[in-house]
This record gives sequence, C-alpha cells and structure tokens, in this order.
Amino acid sequence: MLKLGVPSKGRLMEQTFDWFGDRGVKLSRTGSDREYSGAVEGVEGLELVLLSAGEIPRELAAGRIHLGVTGSDLVREKLADWPSQVAELAPMGFGHADLIIAVPACWPDVDTLDDLDAAAAAFRRVHGFRLRIATKYHRLVRDFLTQHGVADYQLVDSQGATEGTVKNLTAEAVADITSTGETLRANHLKILCDGLVHQSQATLYAARGADWRGAARDTLSRLVSRLGLPAVDMA
Amino acid sequence: MAEKAAARAEAARLVAAFRAAGAVEVEADILQPAEVLLDLYGEDIRARAYVTADPVRGEMMLRPDFTVPVVQMHMAEGAEPARYCYAGEVFRKQERPSARRTEYMQVGFEVFDRENPVAADAEVFALFARLLAPLGLRAATGDIAILTAAVRGLKTLESRKAALLRHIWRPRRFTELLDRFGGRAPVSPSRAALLRVLATGERPAAAPHLGLRSEAEIATRLAALVDDAEAPPISTEEVARLEDLLNLEAPSPDALSHLRDLADDMPAIVPAVDRMEARLDALSRAGIDVGALAFEASHGRTTLEYYDGFVFSFHAADLELPPVASGGRYDALTEVLGQGRSIPAVGGIVRPGLVADLGGLG
Repeated sequence: MLKLGVPSKGRLMEQTFDWFGDRGVKLSRTGSDREYSGAVEGVEGLELVLLSAGEIPRELAAGRIHLGVTGSDLVREKLADWPSQVAELAPMGFGHADLIIAVPACWPDVDTLDDLDAAAAAFRRVHGFRLRIATKYHRLVRDFLTQHGVADYQLVDSQGATEGTVKNLTAEAVADITSTGETLRANHLKILCDGLVHQSQATLYAARGADWRGAARDTLSRLVSRLGLPAVDMA
Repeated sequence: MAEKAAARAEAARLVAAFRAAGAVEVEADILQPAEVLLDLYGEDIRARAYVTADPVRGEMMLRPDFTVPVVQMHMAEGAEPARYCYAGEVFRKQERPSARRTEYMQVGFEVFDRENPVAADAEVFALFARLLAPLGLRAATGDIAILTAAVRGLKTLESRKAALLRHIWRPRRFTELLDRFGGRAPVSPSRAALLRVLATGERPAAAPHLGLRSEAEIATRLAALVDDAEAPPISTEEVARLEDLLNLEAPSPDALSHLRDLADDMPAIVPAVDRMEARLDALSRAGIDVGALAFEASHGRTTLEYYDGFVFSFHAADLELPPVASGGRYDALTEVLGQGRSIPAVGGIVRPGLVADLGGLG
C-alpha cells in the first residue's frame, strides 16, 4: 500500500480533503469523530493515514509514509537538508503563513536586518548579553540570519504566545508565523521590511527514504496522473 | 575502527614531536559549558556543535575545539612563556550529508609568549611545515591584522569603522556595509523618511515603549543615524584601496611589495606590514621557502572569528578535503577569556585522521 499522511484535524485536514476531492480523489474520515482512520476512493492501493501536521515531516524522513501533506515551514525547520529527504510534489495553495522577524513598533531606528544587527551590537555592549529573538523555528531563523550576516543575537525557545515575550522581557524581538499580522500589531510589534524568512503553504511531499518498489511505485504514477501533476520517479 | 587506530598512531607521533619542541601535554574535558562558547561564537556555534543538557550544570557542548579550554586553563594557572600540546576528539555537527566527519581527532600546539610574537608565529608555522613535509601539502597564509589596521585607518566615523571591524569575518555583510558607507548603495525609503523627521528636530511618532531596550538606547542610535547621514561617504579611492587589499593573492614577496605600495596611501597598515616582513624573515631563517609561500589577504575571514593576526592552513591536492592543518594568532581571545588579563598567543591544529589518509608521517 502507498501511505498518504494527512493532518488529522481542523481546517488543514478539510482543505486537504477538498484539494484531493477537486482532483478526483475522495478522502474521508471514517468511524466516529474521534477515531483517526480514513478512507480513499478513486485510486486503488492508496491508504490514508491521519497524523498530527507537526509529525508528518518526521514520518516522511523515516520513510514510514510515502506521501505527506504538511506546511513547507515545518519541513524546512524539522528536516536537515530537506531536499535530500523529501521531494516537493505540489504546493497546494492554502495554509499560507509567513515566517517573519518582528521588533517592537517603538523602535523607529530599526526597519531592516542591517538595523537589527547594529541594534544588537549596541544592545550587547549595554546589557552584557546578546539580543534575544524568541522563536520555535530555530533552524530556519538561524540559517536566515547567518546568511544575511547578522551577529550578536541569540535565539530563545518559545513554543507559544511568542508575541508576548517582548512585553514579558524574555526577548527583544520575535521570529514567528503570521498570516494577517493582526496579533503582531495587537502586541505593538512591527515586521522588518527585509525580515521575511519563509513563505509557507501546505505542500504535498514524497519521502525519498520510503519503500518505492513494486506496487507503491505504480500507485504513485496513477495518483500523480489523476492529480494532474508531472510524473515523478522516486526509485 | 582501523581508521581510528591509524589516526591515533599519527596523533601520538605528532604529540611526541610537539613535546620535543618544548610543549607540555595538556588535557581538556569533552563536555564544555555551552555559555562560554555561545558568548564567544554566537548562535552559529549551535549549528556546528552538539548541545546536550546536564541536570546540574545546565547546557553543555561536546567540545568543538581545544583552543577555548586551553586558553582558559592558561589564563587561570599558566606560567609564562608557555607551550602546550594536546590530542583528542572534537565534535562538529554537519547539517548536510557529507563526507566530513562529525567526530575526529585534533592534535594541537599553542604558544603563549609576550616577548616576540613574530618569532612565535614563525616557530609554529615552521614546526607544522617541517612535520607535514612528507605529505607534500600546499600552504596558504594571511594576516587579519593588516585588514583590521586598514579598516581602522579609514578616514571616516568611528562608528562605521567599528561596524566594519565587527564584520571582518562575515564578508557578505562587510561588503554591504562598505557599499553603504561608500555611498554606493541607496538609502532605503524608510530610512530617508526617518531622517527627514529627525532633521526637523522631532522624535518620530512611535508606539508605546515596550521591552528591555530602553528609550535612551533608542535615542542614542537615532543620534548615531543622524551623524552617519551627515558624514560624507568614504571616498571612492579609499574603498578601492580596501577592496584591492581584500582581493590580494600572491606569493609572499610579491604580496609584501604590493602591500608596501598600498601603504603609501594607507599609512595605518605600515606597522602590520612591518610585522609581516619581519615574520617572512623569521620564516626564511627557519628554512621556509617564502618565495613560494602563498599569501591571501582574505585568508581566515570565513573561519570561526577569533584569529586576529597571522593565519595559515595546509591543504591536500583534493580541494574537497578540509585543511589538514590550520592555525593562527588569537591575542584578543586571551583578553576575552582572561578576565582583564591577556597574552599574545598563536597556535594551530593538525587532523591526524587526514594525515593517515594521505599516507601518514611514519
């Protein structure tokens, strides 16, 4: 069987079902509302596996599922050298969110990464420690700041309510996901004009490390042709 | 495992040679407190070092190098002058699948000596060159002190020089800063708007104050932005000379004469160029063919940022391989770790695993 991992609840699951449904592959949950099992109509040999969106990158990397739908931010954050571990089959056009760097709106002198770097150097001189950026996207943010030559910062882990860390004095800046910027504005934060780290959307991935021999390979070629995607060879 | 045994045998040979050169063999813990390394190298070290947690001592790192613990040990209890050597595993995380090892041996030699830094530079390089001679490696050298002297000598604001000096080790940002300070990059629209407001003597309208960075700190930087906007750009000639210097790659004697020419218009680099000349003389006396010794002005600009003088490396013909040996001068590091004290220091490491792969020294 070809295993397809899909987020197990919420809008992301519904929009994934709609995306496949529009292309002639009907996915559905079976049993009670609380039971995580699903059914597929339209492609033989395809099995639906309902998973937490956050776990889908790991399951793809391990090859325990062949295909998976999750945010491109999660794949880039959780998988080292992600292109060597998964192939991007299709951006799906929903679940849009931007990973951005934001600073207090009361910093008129900081609008760019260049400003952030200069402010970080001065901050370190005054306070004796590096300017703190709260985030849960450590790999993405560190790679981005390294690439742009920003120094004298440190990342502090924040798994939720990240926009509140500046007010609570546990960070000076944040790197977080936003779609409308509403929460940032409500917390008196502003986005750096060149502070867009990654534009994320729900994406269909194939696991390079999964078992693609025999039936799985045939099922994949039937599935991509049904979905109207270019042919792929995972072997 | 046979590879490890071969590396260990080469390491033992190198340690014996370093001891014969007057070094005392020292040890360092594999688990190092993360805080010191993070403070020194910044967040980048997290991508390179393995981080683990100790229930009592907090965040720890598997040592990514020996230099920091050896400097700490010397600053805490060492007598002067001192020569140390060591051998052991270091650990470097690889974010991409590659042939580069994540765990490998390093053998090092470090000299702490205030009397004659130039002689110490030559001593370390000549010792490495002699020991590694059987492998037929290509050596390359550089001198970060010439670059920092050139930046310090620019006729511009101290704040601009400080910004450039911070980013000597980040070539991309260095270039961006130089473009901006040289008037080659346009002022961003948001910055231009801010400067127009500040020019009227008003504070820009801003949201309620938030966070640890104080209003006084913000005001200080706003004033610095005004000063910067009022200062003339670094002249085209000065920028061109600095770029000429950064791009200099030549055999050492040619590099030296080119630097002498540059120094006519960059008098600030004269003392550093004098030291380079004295070092070449000392290397020559130690039997090094300096006529064939490559000098690359930007050598060492992409390493972890603690070298601040002479830098060197030895490479195999296969450019995919990391350097077989590398090192340099790190006077400023001793100041950072010395809690008020400092001592000129120079040293280097050899990778005995690569030495073994290339046929060994035995």
